[in-house]
Amino acid sequence: MPAPDLAVIARRGDIARALRAIVPGEGVIDDPDALRPYESDGLTAYRQPPMLVVLPQTTEQVARILAWCHAQGVKVVPRGSGTSLSGGALPLADAVLLGLSRLNRVLEVDYDERIVVAQPGVTNLAITRAVEERGFYYAPDPSSQIACSIGGNVAENSGGVHCLKYGLTTNNVLGVEFVTMAGEVLRIGGRSLDPAGLDLLGVIVGSEGLLGVVTEVTLRILPAPEMARALLIGFATVEGAGQCVAEVIAAGIIPAGMEMMDRPAIHAAEAFVQVGYPLDVEALLIVELDGPEAECDHLIGAVEAIARANGAVSVRASQDEAQRVAFWAGRKAAFPAVGCISPDYYCMDGTIPRRRLPEVLERMAALSAQYGLGVANVFHAGDGNLHPLILYDANQPGQLERAEAFGSDILRLCVEVGGVLTGEHGVGVEKRDLMPVMYTEVDLAHQQRVKCAFDPLLLLNPGKVFPTLHRCAELGRMHVHHGRLPFPGLPRF
Amino acid sequence: MTVFGPDTTGDLVAVVADAGAAGRRLDLRGGGSKRAVGAPVPDADILDMTGFSGVVDYDPAELVLTVGAGTPLAQIETLLAENGQMLAFDPFDHGPIWGAAVGAATIGGIIAAGVGGSRRLSAGGVRDHLLGFTGGSGRGEFFVAGAKVVKNVTGYDLSKLVCGSWGRLVALCEVTLKVMPCPQFVLTLALPGQSLEAAVASMSAALGSQAGVAAAAYLPGAERAEAITALRLEGFEPSVRARLAILQKLFGGEVLRDAAGGAIWERLRTLSPSGETGALWRISIPAKGCAGLVAALKPRGPYLVDWAGGLVWLNYEGPPDALRQAAEAAGGHALLLRAGEATRAVVPALHPQPQPLALLEARVRRAFDPAGVFETGRFGRIPPAN
Ligand SMILES: Cc1cc2nc3c(=O)[nH]c(=O)nc-3n(C[C@H](O)[C@H](O)[C@H](O)COP(=O)(O)OP(=O)(O)OC[C@H]3O[C@@H](n4cnc5c(N)ncnc54)[C@H](O)[C@@H]3O)c2cc1C
Repeated sequence: MPAPDLAVIARRGDIARALRAIVPGEGVIDDPDALRPYESDGLTAYRQPPMLVVLPQTTEQVARILAWCHAQGVKVVPRGSGTSLSGGALPLADAVLLGLSRLNRVLEVDYDERIVVAQPGVTNLAITRAVEERGFYYAPDPSSQIACSIGGNVAENSGGVHCLKYGLTTNNVLGVEFVTMAGEVLRIGGRSLDPAGLDLLGVIVGSEGLLGVVTEVTLRILPAPEMARALLIGFATVEGAGQCVAEVIAAGIIPAGMEMMDRPAIHAAEAFVQVGYPLDVEALLIVELDGPEAECDHLIGAVEAIARANGAVSVRASQDEAQRVAFWAGRKAAFPAVGCISPDYYCMDGTIPRRRLPEVLERMAALSAQYGLGVANVFHAGDGNLHPLILYDANQPGQLERAEAFGSDILRLCVEVGGVLTGEHGVGVEKRDLMPVMYTEVDLAHQQRVKCAFDPLLLLNPGKVFPTLHRCAELGRMHVHHGRLPFPGLPRF
Repeated sequence: MTVFGPDTTGDLVAVVADAGAAGRRLDLRGGGSKRAVGAPVPDADILDMTGFSGVVDYDPAELVLTVGAGTPLAQIETLLAENGQMLAFDPFDHGPIWGAAVGAATIGGIIAAGVGGSRRLSAGGVRDHLLGFTGGSGRGEFFVAGAKVVKNVTGYDLSKLVCGSWGRLVALCEVTLKVMPCPQFVLTLALPGQSLEAAVASMSAALGSQAGVAAAAYLPGAERAEAITALRLEGFEPSVRARLAILQKLFGGEVLRDAAGGAIWERLRTLSPSGETGALWRISIPAKGCAGLVAALKPRGPYLVDWAGGLVWLNYEGPPDALRQAAEAAGGHALLLRAGEATRAVVPALHPQPQPLALLEARVRRAFDPAGVFETGRFGRIPPAN
């Protein structure tokens, strides 16, 4: 991380006073004990108590806080619910942690336009809760949905098992109210489908709190499907499962969810929830189909046939809602289940072209042997997003470092086969130093200049996403082509 | 005016860098089907991108396609159709808007203009389907953004930013798009004789139902033709039939298959009622404001409504400011797609943005194009920094 600015830390008392003038009452936390709960997000291997925490309740307060910090050269780290798995909300010793949890109201529901307007601190699940009585829901459903905030979802472009059919956060957000580091309040996007100018909303979603602070979100909601049914399919080989996934998609079927677990993950999950997962298989697929009953029944039959043709050794179709939920229970509890078989685990998040899955799992097994650490895989099979869970024990000296090195090798492997470092958890601090594996210096500079357009002083969430902090002036310099004669025009017409 | 037609990335960045050093401007062009959008820029040189053409990588099972940005849309559609797949955002060729034949539009132009057709309502726009690209920025540098897999949050999503950027940020070389399987069975439910207001209410009710409507449009009545509200259903046949039952229970209506249904959607693809001359506006608004907006503008000629009321295509010869104010009042904005040269010289094609947003946009443009190589004036000048 960037070296803390000691001069700023020395002004801590003054900064707290200034922030209290903006957010009265309990909204500013400076007591060291009270700061401790904020010292990490979901990536607990990294910890750093913040200099101060401020918890505004209005957009106006957010704007005044940012304007003041901007004028004073004080860094700011935004935080929603702190469930990020990449250290995006990791505090800095010399930065104010701006918590959005008190901006927690659903502001408007418009069923005619199928839109919800909410403040950023509303949890993902609370959006669905607000509209379910009328038969609607908000489709992106990260497993952390009871806790994570919608503002955090926007910042991370979060996904969930239903993203295959219904898209990620970015495909379900229509607009935001957004405060720049300078304290300007902007409305970006709105309720129409296309933006008037540049699609700035597109870069704000997924910007990991580096471009500005989201203070309001306009989301698309959907009518809940009439029914959903799931298939639980066991395969003797990973190849068989992978081929089944490919053929389902080739048949024109886009399931509501299509998840795969490997043998270690199946065993951990079954031990944890006991829902009857087959234990003698190498790969388990859960395929969910939703829609009108006739559609579900038709597609269940179609997927079942494809599964059998690809050597499925066990196929079960849910007969009622309770059974569908049971099929999912093990997958949804996969993380805590793995937490039960290992003192610690480290969750990775790469994406690969689906066809490379067998090869990637094989090479991962070799890495597992090399590092002497186990790995269990859960996989958003439909879209190629892998979540290897590396098993380790933080109390054993050196194991955390080995787990991290193993994880980095897995992500390098993902990039090598044509995939990416992160499919939904974000770069944060965790994968920051791996960015050059995927992008050249020039590629990264093109991204960083977007940061400069929004936050030229680099005060907002610094030290995240980009491996090197270039000053904006330096990035802006043009490489002049001295002495090169103009390209001889090639008139075409 | 010079036309540059590089076909290697090295030549491309050299053209851009040299233009930047010499203070010249480059007007990016794919097939030229939309060259009459925006202010006339006779002094700019043309950077013809059709040299970057052809399929780079296509594996139907991955649902991902990588092509040169200069590849004709028609060629891509043919290739995908052979594999039972499609670009789900329903791109279309704008040629007929100016009376030209279809066939010129390239995928790069579709992306740069943010073109999406009727299915944009349910499947998302080009922004939701562009996964990654390579290109040359106005800095005269070649770079890569995004990736070739469907799920990726590594770094900023620059792919979104180039959609609808109208050639002001990056000369696209290679683009990777998400593709989707074609629906097996399609039908259209037509509700005849509705007023626009009633049609918007019907379309809203349809989208709020479990019918999973793929597209929803309204064609107003004309001489000897009744108004039609059209709801399109797509998917596997048993599913479409079940969804149809939901809609029929709500509205009754008349079921159109094949050619009869297709003709409605074809009108929206070719915008055929809008003629070949005169001012043509594309207004994007929340559906709620649709009927009020059309009533306020009193179009004399034909108009078309798509996206369940969220998009209006309108011939309008009245004062542009009045139209834009009405669009804003309805919570939306308006693009001047077609007009005579004199009008285009003074009326910006893109809806002007409020001040702080306009300045932010300007900074983003400068981030990719500091010397203004792509700033021909066709889509407005960057406002001076304050
Ligand atoms: C058990 C578990 C399961 C998970 N499952 C999934 C999953 O299935 N899919 C998935 O995609 N993710 C998953 N995650 C990751 C995480 O929940 C998501 O990234 C989530 O969106 C983070 O939301 P948050 O409110 O906790 O944000 P935080 O962790 O507080 O912050 C995340 C980032 O967003 C920024 N930020 C937060 N709020 C704002 C705002 N209002 N404006 C600007 N920037 C802001 C922060 O600075 C930080 O960079 C999981 C996490 C856990 C712990």
